[in-house]
Amino acid sequence: MNSVDHGWLGKLNWDSIVFSSFLHNPSVSEAVASAAGSIVIFATLATLGLMTWYRVWGTLWSEWLTSTDHKKIGIMYIVFALVMLARGLLEGMVMRAQQAAAPDGFLYADHFAQLFSTHGTIMVFFVAVPFLVGIINYVMPLQIGARDVAFPVLNQLSLAVTVSSGLLMMVSLVVGEFSTGGWSAYPPYTGADFSPGVGPDYWIWAIVFSGAGTTLTGINFTVTILKCRCPGMRPFRMPMFCWTALCSSILMIFALPPLSVAALMLGLDRYLDFHFFTNDLGGNMMNYANLFWLFGHPEVYLLVLPAYGVFSEVFSTFSAKRLYGYKSLVFATASIAVLSFTVWLHHFFTMGQSPTINIVFGIATMLIAVPTGVKVYDWMATMYRGRIRFTAPMIYAIGFLILFVIGGLTGVILANPTVDFQVHNTLFLVAHFHNVLIPGVLFGLLAGYNYWFPKAFGFRLNDKLGRLSAFLWIAGFMMTFFPLYGAGLLGMPRRSFSYMDLTFKPFMVVAFIGAMVILAALITIVVQLIVSVRNRNQNRVPVGDPWDGRSLEWSIPAPAPSYNFAQLPRVTERDAFTEAKEQGYAYQPPKVYRDIELPKNNPLGFILCVASGVLMFALVWYIWWLALVSALVILSAVIASSFRWESERVILASELQSDTERWLGLVKRSQAVDRDLENTPQNTGYAKLEH
Amino acid sequence: MEVTTAVNSPSTNPGDTPGALHKDPDVVIFGFWVFMMSDLIFFGVVFAIYITMIGATAGGPGPKELFDFGSLFAQTMLLLTSSLTVGIATVTMKHQRSQTSFLFWVVVTLVLGLGFLALELYDFSGMAAKGGVPQRSGYLSAFFGLVPLHGLHVTFGCLWMLVLIAQIWRVGMVDIIKLRFLRLALFWHFLDLIWIGIFSVVYFGGWVYG
Repeated sequence: MNSVDHGWLGKLNWDSIVFSSFLHNPSVSEAVASAAGSIVIFATLATLGLMTWYRVWGTLWSEWLTSTDHKKIGIMYIVFALVMLARGLLEGMVMRAQQAAAPDGFLYADHFAQLFSTHGTIMVFFVAVPFLVGIINYVMPLQIGARDVAFPVLNQLSLAVTVSSGLLMMVSLVVGEFSTGGWSAYPPYTGADFSPGVGPDYWIWAIVFSGAGTTLTGINFTVTILKCRCPGMRPFRMPMFCWTALCSSILMIFALPPLSVAALMLGLDRYLDFHFFTNDLGGNMMNYANLFWLFGHPEVYLLVLPAYGVFSEVFSTFSAKRLYGYKSLVFATASIAVLSFTVWLHHFFTMGQSPTINIVFGIATMLIAVPTGVKVYDWMATMYRGRIRFTAPMIYAIGFLILFVIGGLTGVILANPTVDFQVHNTLFLVAHFHNVLIPGVLFGLLAGYNYWFPKAFGFRLNDKLGRLSAFLWIAGFMMTFFPLYGAGLLGMPRRSFSYMDLTFKPFMVVAFIGAMVILAALITIVVQLIVSVRNRNQNRVPVGDPWDGRSLEWSIPAPAPSYNFAQLPRVTERDAFTEAKEQGYAYQPPKVYRDIELPKNNPLGFILCVASGVLMFALVWYIWWLALVSALVILSAVIASSFRWESERVILASELQSDTERWLGLVKRSQAVDRDLENTPQNTGYAKLEH
Repeated sequence: MEVTTAVNSPSTNPGDTPGALHKDPDVVIFGFWVFMMSDLIFFGVVFAIYITMIGATAGGPGPKELFDFGSLFAQTMLLLTSSLTVGIATVTMKHQRSQTSFLFWVVVTLVLGLGFLALELYDFSGMAAKGGVPQRSGYLSAFFGLVPLHGLHVTFGCLWMLVLIAQIWRVGMVDIIKLRFLRLALFWHFLDLIWIGIFSVVYFGGWVYG
């Protein structure tokens, strides 16, 4: 218990700021930390300055920050995820540089430990989760023919707490230090006895708040998919992506609570001297391991399932074929979701339970390979005899197919407890989960980004640069992580800031070069975005169907209007839009135009984002009065918002009619474009129907 | 007109009628069930931790020394009765009795809930006086992780009732208020159920095995 009496700024003082440590001790390690802090401060000031220069504050407030539109919220999630990706990736680079330079590295052990802790936390909670939530938010309501998610304001709140937790992670670069306990933050090491600083507190609050946001998102998506589908959209007519979104959302509802419980209990241990996970007085750290992985294992399937969904859409669209084995893919997805809860114990095979338990969990773990195998064969069969176009999303998808099988195989190896005893806590494990998460999750999300970008913004991304980026990701990934399998088998422990055995060195040097290739891949993504925005006029696809898409989101203009559909569609088949195009009833005006009600803008999300950010910061630094004030602000904002009665705005039928007629006129005037020309300026989003 | 039909046929009027329903009530109620399911997992995990820590008293006081069964019986009665009164309020709303009688039953529920909380706090202070503080042992940490978590939920429910009463005072029993009350009632019954779990596992279990 920290019973020291602090001033009105809690534990905060000048020495908490990163530059102060550099001044006291001007070493390379502190210089790196200060540079990182400066980047955060400089980037924040530059962003604020540019936004003032271009006078976008008004638009930002009325069109984005207060918006309850699922499409805008989805885009904001993705922007946030990409910013966090840049940080997480740079941290990975620094770590690889350190290990390549070992034994004479340039970082202190503690600094290295903070790097792997933030890198893991950020990549899982602030890149993968918001990226996939963003894509689901944008795409899923369009695919099921809905106007919005079931609870638009709740959606805004989920984004708010996710972003404020991410900002807290950014603040930890400048003020104080982050946890050195890894992304899983195992006590008793992260307890008050061994980690008395503020590091684990940063971790705890970022996890608790973003976790709450993700749970609420899961509830929102589940209800949306189960209750808000358009007429005729039976479960087995839903696009595959919606199925994976549903299973992933259900995982969010069930898997996040154990994490919140674990983090809050760790918080009680640290703040109020409880004994859940301490060494003394009856604490039991194995309870933490169980809780954490009861969340942590379903979490990896929560991340990978939506990516499977994206790949299913991509394989089917760019092979111009119906998805092969749709029902088996649905059942495989559901099986994976269920099995994901039966394997958590494989994360601690070596922690002393009986061989029988290890065998049971080993077998349960290997079983997951079965439905995953079904999926891989289904995707290959989808491509078989299709007219494949090697676009950027397709290259990510094929790269995934090959690399993910390798990652899966090493997973089966690790699922064998006897093998696990040999390689646990080595770089073999690090190589395995990066091998699953990068091709499996990140490639899927980037494929989705390239695939749906034109629907969100009305113009295509530059495909040449997209393909280049995909190849760089694939090559960089292989160069960085395949050597780690070797080093791991040779016994190099993970999370080591240095080593004396120089056998490891060549592996680390190759991995570092690979990391630079990955950095090049990230830079290519940025360049691709800049080039595409600059050339947007040649790449516009206002009709809305640039890839000869198969599901409903392609049946509306690009960018999608705020009300999604002038009239809610009626579905009679799987691949509803392809069906409509083949039967000739695509691009028809609605029979009647009716007024549409949409949720009004709401400042609640923004207020909560700021207040929860302040609350978390106050809690980390023991500034109790500020914590109380911000908690009261949150409470009063929520209550005040419940007194808003007129929460809907109306889009008039006349407005709908003029919008729709203008668009249909455009369709008539457009030239249907052949698939081979889909990446040329001729593609205005009106795909020619081919068989 | 019955409330249920009012709730099931939301106003299609796009105007500014306070409390007009723009959303299918079915979706809203279903969403709340899903939320409770997630909350149930939250409680379930905390229960599981409690059960693994029953023996971890580290030489400190255990259930037999700490629990005041008279007060626990009273707490249980207060909470179960409040579940009954919230049920009566629901029925009153359904059959469109006067707003006053509806409010009366809500206020009775609120008073019972506050009485429960007062007794619970009194219990906790009694435990603390006997050395039963969460800092003493893993067992007591688990106890104070679980039981006050339920208490916090009850506190939140009471706050919700106060807000709802204020809203009825502002705009009367409009559809949106009815729908909110239905969710509050669900939540309140859910807390009753959790209490039965706490009573059986923590208190009765402690009495038998402690």
